[in-house]
Amino acid sequence: MTGLPWLSLLILVPLFFGGLCLFVSANGARWLALIGTLINFAISIYLWTAYDPNGAQWQFVEKYPLGGGVNWALGIDGIALVLIALTAFLMPICIGASWRAIEKRVPEYMAYFLLMEALIMGSFEAQDLFLFYIFFEGGLIPMYLIIGVWGGIERIKASYKFFLYTLFGSVLMLIAMIYMAGTAHTTSIPALMAFDFPKQAQTFLFLAFLASFAVKLPMWPVHTWLPDAHVQAPTAGSVILAGVLLKLGGYGFIRFSLPMFPEGSAQFIPLMFVLSGIAVVYTSLVALVQRDMKKLIAYSSVAHMAFVTFGLFAMNRQGIEGALVVMLSHGLVSGALFLCVGVVYDRLHTREIDRYGGLSDNMPGYALLFMVFTMASVGLPGTSGFVGEFLSLIGTYRASSWGAIVATTGIILGAAYMLWLYWRICFGSLRNADAAAMPDLSAREWWLLAPIAAAVFWMGIYPESFIRPIRNDVGRVLTRLDRVAPAGDSHLTLGKGAMHMNMGTMH
Amino acid sequence: MALKLIVFLPLLAALIAGLGGRWIGKTAAKSVTTGALFIGAILSWPIFFQYIRSSADTAVVPVFTWIHSGTLTVDWALRIDSLTAVMLVVVTTVSSLVHLYSWGYMEEDPGQPRFFAYLSLFSFAMMMLVTANSLVQMFFGWEGVGLASYLLIGFWYHKPSANAAALKAFVVNRIGDFGFSLGIFGTFLVFGTVSIPAILAAAPGMAGSTIGFAGMHVQTMTLLCLLLFVGAMGKSAQLPLHTWLPDAMEGPTPVSALIHAATMVTAGVFMVCRLSPMFETSPTAMHVVTWVGAITCFFAATVGCAQNDIKRVIAYSTCSQLGYMFFAAGVGAYGAAMFHLFTHAFFKALLFLGAGSVIHAMHHEQDMRFYGALRKEIPVTYWVMVIGTLAITGVGIDVGPGFGFAGFWSKDAIIQSAWVSGSVAGTFAFWIGVIVALMTSFYSWRLVFMTFFGPPRWAASEHIQHALHGEHDSPDEEHGDSAHDSHRVATGSGGYHPHESPLTILVPIVLLALGALLAGQLFHGIFVGPNAAPSYWRGIIAFSRKIGEAVESSALWVKLSPTIAMLIGLWIAWNNYIRDPAAPGRFVAMFPAVYKFVANKWYFDELYHFLFVRPALWLGRLFWHGGDEGTIDRFGPHGAAYAVGIGNRVTFRLQSGYLYSYALVMLLGLIGAASWAIWWAK
Repeated sequence: MTGLPWLSLLILVPLFFGGLCLFVSANGARWLALIGTLINFAISIYLWTAYDPNGAQWQFVEKYPLGGGVNWALGIDGIALVLIALTAFLMPICIGASWRAIEKRVPEYMAYFLLMEALIMGSFEAQDLFLFYIFFEGGLIPMYLIIGVWGGIERIKASYKFFLYTLFGSVLMLIAMIYMAGTAHTTSIPALMAFDFPKQAQTFLFLAFLASFAVKLPMWPVHTWLPDAHVQAPTAGSVILAGVLLKLGGYGFIRFSLPMFPEGSAQFIPLMFVLSGIAVVYTSLVALVQRDMKKLIAYSSVAHMAFVTFGLFAMNRQGIEGALVVMLSHGLVSGALFLCVGVVYDRLHTREIDRYGGLSDNMPGYALLFMVFTMASVGLPGTSGFVGEFLSLIGTYRASSWGAIVATTGIILGAAYMLWLYWRICFGSLRNADAAAMPDLSAREWWLLAPIAAAVFWMGIYPESFIRPIRNDVGRVLTRLDRVAPAGDSHLTLGKGAMHMNMGTMH
Repeated sequence: MALKLIVFLPLLAALIAGLGGRWIGKTAAKSVTTGALFIGAILSWPIFFQYIRSSADTAVVPVFTWIHSGTLTVDWALRIDSLTAVMLVVVTTVSSLVHLYSWGYMEEDPGQPRFFAYLSLFSFAMMMLVTANSLVQMFFGWEGVGLASYLLIGFWYHKPSANAAALKAFVVNRIGDFGFSLGIFGTFLVFGTVSIPAILAAAPGMAGSTIGFAGMHVQTMTLLCLLLFVGAMGKSAQLPLHTWLPDAMEGPTPVSALIHAATMVTAGVFMVCRLSPMFETSPTAMHVVTWVGAITCFFAATVGCAQNDIKRVIAYSTCSQLGYMFFAAGVGAYGAAMFHLFTHAFFKALLFLGAGSVIHAMHHEQDMRFYGALRKEIPVTYWVMVIGTLAITGVGIDVGPGFGFAGFWSKDAIIQSAWVSGSVAGTFAFWIGVIVALMTSFYSWRLVFMTFFGPPRWAASEHIQHALHGEHDSPDEEHGDSAHDSHRVATGSGGYHPHESPLTILVPIVLLALGALLAGQLFHGIFVGPNAAPSYWRGIIAFSRKIGEAVESSALWVKLSPTIAMLIGLWIAWNNYIRDPAAPGRFVAMFPAVYKFVANKWYFDELYHFLFVRPALWLGRLFWHGGDEGTIDRFGPHGAAYAVGIGNRVTFRLQSGYLYSYALVMLLGLIGAASWAIWWAK
């Protein structure tokens, strides 16, 4: 590794620029925020190229004691790497999306955004249990503020709900962490990932972490904060919320729950599958009847995140790799869909679906990109949405055919609600004069959406770029899960005629 | 290299026309896409002839790795063999002619670059489907053609009916994809691969094995074949997933010809043939394929007899002909299934494009009750439609060298194969096949007679009225009048003069007419002949020489029955629409219930609306208001707030403070944790 503490820089650069933002004018803050996030994006590209997929598990490691047993210990594996890259990619886009939409208290807004980026980066990089906790929970504070100060009319109610849910989860997780530090005699995450907790303890530890991660992801039935938070958040807030913050839940499962408590996790596979199955069907049906664009996409997020939990708890390679690709893809696609909502919201100041219609006429560029992201959301092969969903479902099938049947209904319902949304927004006739007068995408909006579209196709056509860095790390998690992974319910029994056949195809 | 050009040129052309259409102009966009497809057609035919001469082998051209996860490897690769070669000539030929036709047909449409881009995108996806070497790439093509179909059905996006039809097509196909996906998952679980040749090689070894699925214990191969077949049923509009196809006629007519007649809807048949060695391992699955095909074949033909919209008649006819192909595959006559797919592509594309020419001449009127007497006005269209009708009804004679139109060879091969298969399902399919041959003849001649014969009935048409009064109907006014009462329409031309279509329209349909004339005559040997076919197919599909031979030596009455049925159908049509035009009305008056049932398509749409659409919306609202708001929020966050004694009013006061309390809790927790750690360290 080269001499620079790259991982610390990922945290310090946004903190520095965020601090600067507070001392300049609105326009200055916009530019500072953009530069800061672009520098971070450049660093993440460097990390991506310098990262050796076949090298050590933890790379770019840094460690300085902070006292009190807590270390400033940073390091990333491939899983953290891809999520860091996703965050760094989305952040400049969020700043761009806020360029004109945010008018009041711009310096503070930009500062909070940069603070949030620093804390999210920290969550993915932290190698110390309590350091992780600070970043993980702290990252939500700027989000509360962004919703609470720059949000819509009911922002207070929304952030209050958000707060209650996460508080509940984080208290339980903290207690569990204290217990873990006491039992394992270490707060190092890499060490804990190899530590075998007693089986009974694993049950409670799993449940405590579940309380926190299930809320973040979110899983049914602790998802009801998400639609409200999205509806009230400004566009860029929604993008980060859906694009990155939800991924912290999935990241938590794969970093903590699965490798640290394999027995505990295996014990709850039926629960996880049932909750995920309910999420797919229930939230998809709810999405079908929404009248608010953002709420519809928020509910679809819950349904998509169920593919993550299905894949992770299938506990096989396709499932876990699929879950990670779903996380990345959903980060891009839902982010882009919220940006698409933002584009028309900025023009008409309403998210009511019925106020639009026929936008293909006056906004053909918008209609094209919105179609791309709609198709990615319904998992059309060739887009990022397909690869993740497909792998996660194939993994689920290996663990449980029932699980796969229920999960796969999501591809029918997903098509129904997304295409119906698209129809009501872009097809039909221009019913309202004000909607008909809206101009097509500006150059700035093209710069926000087109890179995401490119990434969506890249991930859909050559996903190997994204799977290669995570391959060995998924393998390491699988080693931990080896003894508990479910055998599945397929019980293939060969017929008499097959006895002489080559059995090498079996696995 | 040629193969890569055939497949990827249309993609390139679609991107140029679609993204650059605004800059390069519509003529350039149309030339690029049409050119790409013509190059494809010119390259495809020699490949097909190489396979006919047995001078080419199966080849797989790798492109690059697509998905690699553990033992699952999926490559982008182009496979070419005798089965793909058939599909390539069908797709490139029909597609290039449809591109050319659209120059004339879509001339006044403002969205031409978009239209041609979609057509080429479709052709690309269809070729990815037929060149797939793995189930997953097949699925890519499968979904890609679905997307193009969705975009083209909804091409005139101002029309609510077009949008509804597009959405319906996509969602119903997704139900099929649900089965297809589960089939792929199961196949991977059982065989450890998604590569088609590997699966087909290993499939016989899995015959007789059992597997757990959704709590049941079932035959492995039956399960996998049936799951995959659900996908085929969706794409090929087989009962009960057929409802999207008639509605898909909302798209422009060239689209109906290319996608909803000649190519995409036959993808299901192609899939079953491609996987035929796999289907052969499960007699149960084969029986299901036969039954589904036969029942669809019959159902769609009955509905086709009672439609008045010219495109809907042909749409139901397509659905019915697909049923023929499926029951052929179901009885093991894959060669006959592919043969009918091949000939059907020509004559059905011809019928659709011919109907388009009629619609063009009749100023977007699609209701045949307002046609009549058109044979003198648009003679070229009339003659090609007659050739198409002779082809679909199967006119021909098999004596000596024999002569017949395309459908004669392929349809008779199917009907006779069903008979010689000897199974219950096969015998059932045979009789269905004969009865439907009668109905096919009836509805096809009914179409010709109502359109081209009798007195003109144009005056009563709104579209013609618009034309006469100089109002210009925009092309997206093309619509079908699905009023079902068969009341008599006043006769008279109203002074309107239909015009024959321009050359860009006539050239493609005349070329297709050649295909409808000759495709059966020239190629029946390599598709189904007991001598030539085995050396053509060479095990690519599970071609049964036995069936081929048995067909040749089957009893005379078996050979003649389709022809006799066809003649009876022609006679009934002539009797009802030429000799005594009042007869259909009398029939309807005599059996009103039967007519209503058939004309309303056996009420499938109404049934589905009642069973699926309304409950889904109802459940959605229930979960939203009753679940999320009424239960989870009430007992969750709101309940919690009340429980700890902070009612809404108090919350309101605390709202500015809660953030800090949260931060405080977190900090306190951390201090506690740190103290614990320090304490423990000592």
